[in-house]
Amino acid sequence: MTSRPQQPKQTKQTKQTAPTEFDLRDAPVRELNRALHALTGSRLSHSACATVRVVNPGGKHNIAVGADVDADIAIDGHVGYYCAAMNQHANIVVRGNAGPGLAENMMSGKVMVQGDASQYCGATAHGGLLVIHGNAAARCGISMKGVDIVVGGDIGHMSAFMAQSGRLVVCGDAGDALGDSIYEARIYVRGKVRSHGADCVEKPMQAEHRQELTQLLQQAELGVGELNLDDFRRYGSARELYHFKTDNAGSY
Amino acid sequence: MSKPIDHTWLTESHTFSRPVIREIQRAAREGIYDIRGFGAKRKLPTFDDLLLLGASMSRYPLEGYREKCDTAVTLGDRYAENPLTIDIPITIAGMSFGSLSASAKEALGRGASAVGTSTTTGDGGMTPEERRHSNLLVYQYLPSRYGMNPHDLRAADAIEIVVGQGAKPGGGGMLFGQKISQRVAKMRNLPPGIDQRSACRHPDWTGPDDLAIKIQELREITDWKVPIYAKVGASRPFYDVQLAVKAGADVVVVDGMQGGTAATQEVFIEHVGIPTLPATRLAVEALQAAGVHRKVQLIVSGGIRSGADVAKALALGADAVSIGTAALIAMGDNSPEFERQYNALGSSAGYYDDYQAGNDPAGISTQNAKLSKRLDAEVAGRRLANYLRCLTLETQTMARAAGKSDVRNLEPEDLVALTVEAAAMAKVPLAGTEWVPGVK
Repeated sequence: MTSRPQQPKQTKQTKQTAPTEFDLRDAPVRELNRALHALTGSRLSHSACATVRVVNPGGKHNIAVGADVDADIAIDGHVGYYCAAMNQHANIVVRGNAGPGLAENMMSGKVMVQGDASQYCGATAHGGLLVIHGNAAARCGISMKGVDIVVGGDIGHMSAFMAQSGRLVVCGDAGDALGDSIYEARIYVRGKVRSHGADCVEKPMQAEHRQELTQLLQQAELGVGELNLDDFRRYGSARELYHFKTDNAGSY
Repeated sequence: MSKPIDHTWLTESHTFSRPVIREIQRAAREGIYDIRGFGAKRKLPTFDDLLLLGASMSRYPLEGYREKCDTAVTLGDRYAENPLTIDIPITIAGMSFGSLSASAKEALGRGASAVGTSTTTGDGGMTPEERRHSNLLVYQYLPSRYGMNPHDLRAADAIEIVVGQGAKPGGGGMLFGQKISQRVAKMRNLPPGIDQRSACRHPDWTGPDDLAIKIQELREITDWKVPIYAKVGASRPFYDVQLAVKAGADVVVVDGMQGGTAATQEVFIEHVGIPTLPATRLAVEALQAAGVHRKVQLIVSGGIRSGADVAKALALGADAVSIGTAALIAMGDNSPEFERQYNALGSSAGYYDDYQAGNDPAGISTQNAKLSKRLDAEVAGRRLANYLRCLTLETQTMARAAGKSDVRNLEPEDLVALTVEAAAMAKVPLAGTEWVPGVK
């Protein structure tokens, strides 16, 4: 059962511009999040932005959630559920794997995971850039609402389910039912797509799509030079299910 | 001219009654199920099937209009730094901007604030008007996450994680294209004019163990300041309430099957879930079993209409009730003033339930600018405040009659049932007997 957290002990926090370190073996996650929230409103130029280092995350949940500051946050290790959730402005790097719901409902900023991400990464995220160097599990980008997601490896089944807007780039393969009931989001997949979800179809790659794909790969720092854009295919909505009609009953 | 029929000699089938035949004919013609708003219309066991035992020789009543009878309730004092105190035990249930007009949302805020209670956002997010006019605003955290953002989350006085609603436990929603104005579309990040599906499950958690982590996440993001509610549609409240408590909810909201909706399949509204009466008793038993009755507060909703309903729900052990449909009616929904317009839509005042259609003559369940203008938010807010005051006075009247100086001192011992069914569901004796079916 939940228990009310203890009042935080201030640890090594110094000036905003100096690196602040949180060792989550000793400090509760509450202390880290409280410190990040305290920085809200003190948005600085990037050169002078706050730098926060988190060590020994130990797979704990809710690390660096609700940040709203132009800060660099580096997490050395694996994280549990909802890391970087609802992030605004912060640049968060996870040097490990991430549990379910990574960067859910992110609004802006950048979240990068050097390992793999569990299910529902980027769920309902409205903006910013989410980069997974490894693989992302099922329901990657579910109900995404404007975020850009770039995955270096494969993604699991039911990814981009009901995806509303934003872009999802997959450098590996996609699992079953990709883009089921998709709205206006754009999906680029380099490898195989196991199956399409309802109303998700392949669409032609035009110059504008190659251009946005290049930009996304560059922003993701995934070595655009090593990837051949010709290997990517674009998927989106056939817009056949935008209005509820009895004739479509068999599609659901 | 044909001979007039003498209906005395015609036999109507109970199984295939005229309404049933009409519905089969409609389904055959249109090929799609009926979707409508409002709530369950079928006859169900309700709080009307219970009676309150007024004081006499063995109990002292309190003097009406004179002796104090408290109505304030504090919600969510388990973990939150700033629990919510409402002056009356009646809150306004979640209803979305999108399903309702902006002026209707404003009116709800005005009415609730005038009497010191809370109102609730809905699927589609928080509008500035709603925040401005609601002193206490509960922010719904829904599966669709339409309009969901951390700014609004932090601007709320409480957060309600919606797992389900009484009109459709286990079901999602649909906001039809005709109600998707530019503003609604922008708030939901979708193109205007297309039908919008509201998901039935949260996209990033499944089950109570995940919910515990989700609640922790929302607490972290809001710095443990505001209470977190969990709302469930009444199906298996004994289990659902205990799981919500275990997951860490500060307040549990249980919405019975009479709870309203903006757009749901008729078959869902009338045939899924259980009524508010048994749901209330089961939810209270769940809290008692978990040892947290009165520590985790219980709000019940679904078909609350009068102070009698409120008093009986509180007597069964709820801490507060929530109203939706009744609030809309108080504001002007189904008003005879619009009889001509209802007739033009094939309905009549007192029957209108096509909230999904977006052409509500009362200007409430619509995004049509011309129709919304018919609802003056100030006037409608005043009507709602009047109605809430009436409910409160009625509740106090009943509590005082039972000798209670606080409405929450009402207890099951103050109730009897009129029917065997209600006695079994509420676990109170059948009037004039000591018989509680299923217990003794």
